[in-house]
Amino acid sequence: MTLDIARIRKDFPVLEQQVYNKPLIYLDSAASSQKPLAVLKKEEQLHLQYYGNIHRGAHYMADKATLDFEAVRDQVKAFIHAGYREEIIFTKGTTESINLVAFSFGEAFIHEGDEIIVSEMEHHANIVPWQMMAARKGAQVRVLPFDDAGRLMIEKLDELINEKTRLLAVCQVANTLGTVNPVQKIIEKAHARGVKVLVDGAQAVNHLPVDVVALDADFYAFSAHKMFGPNGVGVLYGKKELLDQMPPYQGGGEMISEVSFEATTYNELPYKFEAGTPNITGVIAFGEAIAYLENLGIAAIAEHEHRLLNYATEKLMEIPGMTIYGTQPDKSGVITFNVEGIHSFDLSTMLDKMGIAVRSGRLCADTVMQHYQVSGTIRISFGVYNTQDEIDQFIAALKKLVTMLS
Amino acid sequence: MTIEQIQQEINDEFSIYEDWMDKYSYLIELGNDLPELDAKDKNDQYVIKGCQSRVWLLPEMKDGKLYFRGESDAVIVKGLVALLLRVVSGRTPDEILGSDLHFVDDIGLKQHLSPTRSNGLVAMIKQIKLYAVAYKKISE
Repeated sequence: MTLDIARIRKDFPVLEQQVYNKPLIYLDSAASSQKPLAVLKKEEQLHLQYYGNIHRGAHYMADKATLDFEAVRDQVKAFIHAGYREEIIFTKGTTESINLVAFSFGEAFIHEGDEIIVSEMEHHANIVPWQMMAARKGAQVRVLPFDDAGRLMIEKLDELINEKTRLLAVCQVANTLGTVNPVQKIIEKAHARGVKVLVDGAQAVNHLPVDVVALDADFYAFSAHKMFGPNGVGVLYGKKELLDQMPPYQGGGEMISEVSFEATTYNELPYKFEAGTPNITGVIAFGEAIAYLENLGIAAIAEHEHRLLNYATEKLMEIPGMTIYGTQPDKSGVITFNVEGIHSFDLSTMLDKMGIAVRSGRLCADTVMQHYQVSGTIRISFGVYNTQDEIDQFIAALKKLVTMLS
Repeated sequence: MTIEQIQQEINDEFSIYEDWMDKYSYLIELGNDLPELDAKDKNDQYVIKGCQSRVWLLPEMKDGKLYFRGESDAVIVKGLVALLLRVVSGRTPDEILGSDLHFVDDIGLKQHLSPTRSNGLVAMIKQIKLYAVAYKKISE
């Protein structure tokens, strides 16, 4: 099915504006996607009609908010094809989801001398929490490398995994390279050696269908704000039998069963991991984002984005001095590049002045920058609302700037 | 001219450009005209690290005045360095410490002063003032 992009763009009024007197071209959806009207309206409706704190109040508004909040948990469960609703934990983002696992899994399962494997292409959010946990527990972080084309060298797993390895953390789609990693195969290999796997799905959820049960992922983390939802909402999926064995991450309201100064008992899943008042508005509006995404169809979105990706790649390669980082055939959503002799900061600053929003710098992925020995890059990324015409304008702007800055 | 007068002069120069592209083209021109540092001067002792670009800043005290040389790996930041040096280089530490460097704001490049990780301009100004404090102490 082909999407009617002109009609879709009407759902995103923020795109129809001028910045620095130029029509806005938003090519930074991998950092955060824009939100459709349905999501914004839901937030407003909640605040105007039935806002109340969930799971506590015995009154109309609190009850209605609770029902809506819990309905989104079911929606998320269906969206990622999880087995049980209590395996869906709301967090404030992918980063918090990973930190939760690093802490609570670490407390339960990591001992001195144990090892954790992370890939070389991870976002800082999927490196630093493991380093912190390793420092706390006296464990060691080992690295699964990628090759210059941006392919994860999973054949190295056989030697990397040993009897001390407890967990492997890897992204499904890399935020810099765009590589779609064969996570199913990675999980199979890890499980065969008794190693648990956390998948960072932040860049995957709005580009490919996710089935955590088919993948057999132990943990799967993602954010609402990269899939048309509000910022400040994230999800951690975890297998029930693992979550049950892990201690709480934070203490507070909601996560307790009974509190006394002698002994406090904890609530059951998923509430054990949801201390404090959650982002009620965000979670409820997230439900609208999932509905929006499912209504368009993830396959149709992926097809459109892929067309843009291929078209932009082809056009970029025509520019002399162009280097694209990450050239895997199985690639999604982003193109990271540099033009020889031109600093990425200069390019992105000038693109901004031409109304074109891109990401530049180290992209929260220092280890990827180190791999290619560059101090920075430019990244463009696509959303369902981007058009081929926007790519043409971006390429024309880029060509002009290359002349100007060379 | 005083620091204040030079800032006014810079403001006048930029005010003729209405379009953002023209303002930045001028900044790039200034950056390209900034003399390059020797490779040996671009070392960790003099570097100011931003998230996206690096700046090197070298102080030198001569006859009671502080002189600076500087460079960046990004040409727009080089342009900002050129402007900054024009304002502060060759001043006494007291003049530098007593100055309010508002020209970047005046010429509409305020985003470069925001304390984000995007570049090291805030860090540059802070470093210049720190050098001024240090050299003032030495000369006293």
